[in-house]
Amino acid sequence: MTELTLNKQQDLQAQRIQLGLLAVGIVALVIVPFFLYPVFLMKVLCFALFACAFNLLLGYTGLLSFGHAAFFGGASYFTAHAIKEWGFPPEAGILVGVVGAAFLGLVMGFFAIRRQGIYFAMITLALAQMFYFFCVQAPFTKGEDGLQAVPRGYFLGIVDLGQPLNMYFFVLMVFMIGIFIIWRIIHSPFGMILRSIRENENRAISLGYSVRAYKLGAFVMSAALTGLAGAVKALVFQFATLTDVAWQMSGEVILMTLLGGIGTIFGPVIGAGFVVTLQNYLAASGFPVTVVTGLIFMVCVLLFRRGIVGEFNASRLGARLGLRSKN
Amino acid sequence: MTMIFGIPLQAFLGQLLVGLINGSFYAMLSLGLAIIFGLLRVINFAHGAQYMMGAFAGFLLLSWLGINYWFALILGPVIVGLSGAVVERFALSRLYKLDHLYGLLFTFGLALVIEGGFRYFYGSSGQPYATPALLSGGVNLGFMYMPIYRGWVVVASLVVCIGTWLLIEKTKLGSYLRAATENPVLVQSFGINVPLLLTLTYALGAGLAALAGILAAPIYQVSPLMGSNLIIVVFAIVVVGGMGSIMGAIVTGYMLGILEGLTKVFYPEASNIVIFVIMAIVLLVRPAGLFGRDA
Repeated sequence: MTELTLNKQQDLQAQRIQLGLLAVGIVALVIVPFFLYPVFLMKVLCFALFACAFNLLLGYTGLLSFGHAAFFGGASYFTAHAIKEWGFPPEAGILVGVVGAAFLGLVMGFFAIRRQGIYFAMITLALAQMFYFFCVQAPFTKGEDGLQAVPRGYFLGIVDLGQPLNMYFFVLMVFMIGIFIIWRIIHSPFGMILRSIRENENRAISLGYSVRAYKLGAFVMSAALTGLAGAVKALVFQFATLTDVAWQMSGEVILMTLLGGIGTIFGPVIGAGFVVTLQNYLAASGFPVTVVTGLIFMVCVLLFRRGIVGEFNASRLGARLGLRSKN
Repeated sequence: MTMIFGIPLQAFLGQLLVGLINGSFYAMLSLGLAIIFGLLRVINFAHGAQYMMGAFAGFLLLSWLGINYWFALILGPVIVGLSGAVVERFALSRLYKLDHLYGLLFTFGLALVIEGGFRYFYGSSGQPYATPALLSGGVNLGFMYMPIYRGWVVVASLVVCIGTWLLIEKTKLGSYLRAATENPVLVQSFGINVPLLLTLTYALGAGLAALAGILAAPIYQVSPLMGSNLIIVVFAIVVVGGMGSIMGAIVTGYMLGILEGLTKVFYPEASNIVIFVIMAIVLLVRPAGLFGRDA
């Protein structure tokens, strides 16, 4: 009995520390644009949201999608097109991107969930490649040129997003909303069922859950949130190009998630920050980026499968903070 | 002029030949993937990079050492196969106990490193590789003009595919391989060196990819990116065929190559995506693949 109350106290204390860390993180994100280049930070936030959305599928449902570039780049195109050609305000443009990505996710997921494991990865890759070829040929993407000079416009008709700091706080708001949605999904009964599918799919089926519907649901949600990241990215950089739909992008988001920690909420954020920073440095040095990302991939898979946050959570300090997973 | 389905016969046969050539490469590559997957349970994402390495091996052997096409045809696969054996021994073999997805991710990283490295040194543009003198020129078959080299590629790939099939289905070594696919622990307890068998298998698969690469060098240009787009198509083919059978992989490869060629005749806009569309249809009708056993 005493042990139990002790545990409870420790849990409570750990919870407070976790909340404290979260608060420090948020404050840091609010302060940091006054010291660092905002466009770089916005890029990190977009990719961080992308990776978190991807992790919802890989980390919490156990599905490795190799085709998330289709949702990310697809949403970029939809948003850029809606804002530039149809004259939509930014919030409506982003909504178009999200809905478009969710629809793409529904179609792709419908086919992909018919197979499991490795086949699932290959099917998503192939379908995303198909979408890539569609984007190469379709007139609205403007081919190799892409959609350029997309106006950022005024958020709700008031806030001028042309100002870098306004734009930064807008992106930060979208990012936090996105993370909150993911957190809610993971901690809902729906999220618990997703995790049970990850742990033992056959058992989940035998318990009477329609696993396919849950998988499809998770796939669509992940696609929609990925679309949110892609839509905002189109607004930040004011263009949408083929790079974002190419398969390399699907690989990049896997790397961010793997490096940060599969199945942790903040791992993908750290991983995205790391990879984007690295790319920025390497782009200036002329050293081939793919070689370095490939090497990190290999090292992560061989020696470092829990990722940065996963290793931290499993360490003694992580256990003290109540971050080590209970199972 | 003779017409077939409203298309000039020559254009039809020409695209059929192009399809057959593409099918030859699809068949050789999906064969290698199927062999590796059968035993190692690893989807070899580096297969496209190994195909590219084969083409580069031929190109570099010629330009550095003056070694001609025919020797390169043997040396290239050996070199790439050896590099594959090293990778399997020191890295892939550590991943068998884990989820199969880690093998896919590892070989994906490997492919990025290889392709990035070659692109750093040779740029993205292609290097030409001359058709060997013996096989240059063409013959007039009466109904169409056929470059000899293209005919050679079709014949060579058929020989390679059937040879590999015989090796696996009809020889002692092949029977060990098949047994180890079914139950590695049992085979090991009979005193057969299964880890060595796994290394050999990966080397064989990588070597097959390299052989396809050298065969492709005179047709397509030798470029660092030649493998990466191809491999995604081959993945789709593997999904269509199902990885259960070696013959299934071969037949599906040729079939889809030809189908893609025919699409170029009748509806060129869709030729890029026809294989993916077929994959989607097969997933609806027969999710395990045409020749697949459901895993």
